[in-house]
Amino acid sequence: MKKYLGTKILVYILTFVFAVTLDWLIPRFMPGNPILVLVSRFSGLPESARVMYSYLTKAFGLDQPLWSQYVNFWIALFKGDLGISIYLYPRPVLEVLKMAIPYSLGLMIPSILLSWIVGNNLGAIAARRKRLDSIMLPIMYFITGAPYLWLGMLLAYFLGVVWDIFPIAGAYSFSLRPHLSWLFVGDFLKHWILPFLSLFIVQIGGWAIGMRNMVIYELENNYVRYLETLGVKRKLIRKYAFRNAILPQVTGLALQLGTVIAGQVTTEVVFSYPGIGYILTQGILNQDYFLIQGCFLFIIIGVLIANFTVDLVYMALDPRIRFSYGGEV
Amino acid sequence: MKKVFIFALVLLIFSSMFAADVVYKRDETLYAGGGMWAPPSNWSPITPWNAVTGTVGLLYETLFNYDPLTDTLIPWLAESGKWTSNKTYEIKLRKGMTWHDGHPLTSKDVKFTYELAKQIPEIYYSPVWNWLAKIDTPDDYTVVFTFSSPRYHEWSYDLYQNPILPEHIWAKKSKDDVLTGANEKAIGSGAYLFETYGTDRMIYLRNDNWWGNKVFGQPKPKRIVYLTVSSNNVALGMIMKGELDCSNFFLPGIPTLKKTYTDIHTWFDKEPYMLSDNTAYLFFNTTIKPLNDPNLRRALAYAIDPTIIAKNVYEGQVLPSNNVGFLPIKGWMKFYPENAVKQYGFKYDPKTARSLLDKAGYKDVNKDGYREAPDGSKFKIEISVPYGWTDWMESAKIIAAQFVQVGINAEAKFPDYSKYNDDLISGKFSAAISNSGSQMTISPWTSFNWLFNSPISENMYNGNFGKYNNQKLFDLVTQLNSTPMDDTAANKKVIEQIAEIFLKDMPAIPLWYNGMWFEASTQVWKGWPSEKTPYAYPTTWGGRWQTGGVMMLIGLKQ
Repeated sequence: MKKYLGTKILVYILTFVFAVTLDWLIPRFMPGNPILVLVSRFSGLPESARVMYSYLTKAFGLDQPLWSQYVNFWIALFKGDLGISIYLYPRPVLEVLKMAIPYSLGLMIPSILLSWIVGNNLGAIAARRKRLDSIMLPIMYFITGAPYLWLGMLLAYFLGVVWDIFPIAGAYSFSLRPHLSWLFVGDFLKHWILPFLSLFIVQIGGWAIGMRNMVIYELENNYVRYLETLGVKRKLIRKYAFRNAILPQVTGLALQLGTVIAGQVTTEVVFSYPGIGYILTQGILNQDYFLIQGCFLFIIIGVLIANFTVDLVYMALDPRIRFSYGGEV
Repeated sequence: MKKVFIFALVLLIFSSMFAADVVYKRDETLYAGGGMWAPPSNWSPITPWNAVTGTVGLLYETLFNYDPLTDTLIPWLAESGKWTSNKTYEIKLRKGMTWHDGHPLTSKDVKFTYELAKQIPEIYYSPVWNWLAKIDTPDDYTVVFTFSSPRYHEWSYDLYQNPILPEHIWAKKSKDDVLTGANEKAIGSGAYLFETYGTDRMIYLRNDNWWGNKVFGQPKPKRIVYLTVSSNNVALGMIMKGELDCSNFFLPGIPTLKKTYTDIHTWFDKEPYMLSDNTAYLFFNTTIKPLNDPNLRRALAYAIDPTIIAKNVYEGQVLPSNNVGFLPIKGWMKFYPENAVKQYGFKYDPKTARSLLDKAGYKDVNKDGYREAPDGSKFKIEISVPYGWTDWMESAKIIAAQFVQVGINAEAKFPDYSKYNDDLISGKFSAAISNSGSQMTISPWTSFNWLFNSPISENMYNGNFGKYNNQKLFDLVTQLNSTPMDDTAANKKVIEQIAEIFLKDMPAIPLWYNGMWFEASTQVWKGWPSEKTPYAYPTTWGGRWQTGGVMMLIGLKQ
């Protein structure tokens, strides 16, 4: 057991170093030059643009050879310094993330968890009832195939503009200053509900279909047949089938949660919701090396932690794994 | 324990309900958008290109404002300013002006602002010291600038472009802080104060002690909430709901929406709806074959029909440009080179384009449907436009198709913005559309200085992207800059010469005028400037408030 965990941790550390190196490298392979992008936003006189270009290149350390930029990057990383954003100059990357990530998490985590729970249950129910299944399956396929953008726009147009029930932009009213009161909390929720719904609805479909297929597959399995011939109650059989079917769904959930830091670009754009997804996209378009690095660093950490958790959870959920690695078989 | 908790909660709710200004009253607040595309992160007038819109104009102020509608420099911090000799410009400051913290604003601040760029040559306006010799302040309200080689046009531009900094704050900052500080809670002299900001908004509070209240009147909105809106749909929805009072976005569909939503206000009630603000040019890379041939470039100018673009892509929200890209504003048109245009001008005429191409030796020798260069080699023109700029993408496609019609192989190309920008600056393109330096200013010199920027170097940071090399033209642009602004005849003479070379050699083709996009809602605020009441140029873009935005705030009605 200890040896197993030891090797796993070593592998994770190596993966981390490798992934972070790629994270550093890939943005620098993009064609274009971030400082030129920054300077191009300045619509002043050409003479001034020249002055700024040479200053900024030096300020961001981009005039140094690549290997020394790489070494500096690791040194800074160990000090907890992710650098300064070029796109949101001169704000430190860490501050940008701190400002935007809470909004993304507030949308993504509830929508992923709730859609996972609701979707799995719907799927499991549908798998057992033929008639319900024949109605629900096409609906679920339709929902899961619906682009976030399209669904978001429909929601915003009908619930936001035509019936005017919900606001269509921002995380809270533009007429409010954040403070602790029912007014503010209510207002925040009112702004939250549409983007949440658009994410929740689309994700439900995927989980439900996955669960339905898994349960049907499990119900056809030999152990179920065996139990049936033994005359075991349907309820107990279902319980076992569900437990087996849930395993791949847990992996899916963990991976989804791991990438949660990346936010949901389309949802944020459609509802003008201030999360990290939009900022990351803009960072990529503006070739903001430091912001891209920073965001992906958290995604890497998220995915690794999620994978590690899955490893642990599997041991608890699936006795086969526990016994095989424990050498008890 | 539970009781204490409930009590605390109730207390909290009550206290926050009575806390000052957590809810902004609708009729005191102006919601604006279109000039902020990223979370607010910078309020430094030293890095104005990246600062939140309003940093210059609302927080910091310039010596003059400029009104393009009447072509006048409006004395702002300055009470008056004049050239007292060829080489000296004297400014009298207004008396009794203060910074937001109550410190008086004097000539020392003006001197400090400019001299800071001498101490720290990394500041963007430091090149002024190549032609400015010294600054004297005989008293607290007089500033005398003495120039070594005066650049009259550039100086007029600087007068309303460079914000004045408070010496008592900025003198204490370290060099790094000056250059890279975010300058949160900025202390300026302007009509609005820095109140607070969020990820998607910037909030300005009116400065009730503003010195200008007595001079210009008080701006009407108590608060300005400036929003980042990440998509056109949201902006349109907010305008329809009356949640966005003033927007400077380009929004497709406004001409149609205006018919049903009568409270959407634009400058003109009918086409073109918008004022013209900057000119889109098609640059040619003049260093590659066969685009280095002026005959080819001139022939192509005859092949483009910008009217189609204005009608189909912009639904009539823009106007086609004139031959020299002069914006239809007083300050430029008074110098319009009509003789050069009459003699060397061009107009959409595919027949002429074809015959010019034939004459210059561009013929389809191998019968593949496209003309070859005079030396018999095949060529293709790729028109680069940033991906995602949908209006420009459509326009580039139309232009490519128009080139094909006269037998030139052409194609529109859409690299990502950063790639497009890199190609443009380093000259790795064949043709590209750009407007990065053609915006409305006090003098067409800024446009020429951008179009024909010199010297030619490996990277052309802003302007002359096609690396068109013509020393005679460069000298003329310099000569224009050093011709006093009020000598219209002398300026016009130089501009005629510039225009002649421009039209003969056609290193870039002016296409259409992008609009000063402006869609206001009359649901809460009224009295917006328009064609009938042209009291202010309706802009809230970054670095542009001093060309009309602030005057608009003063002129609004409830």
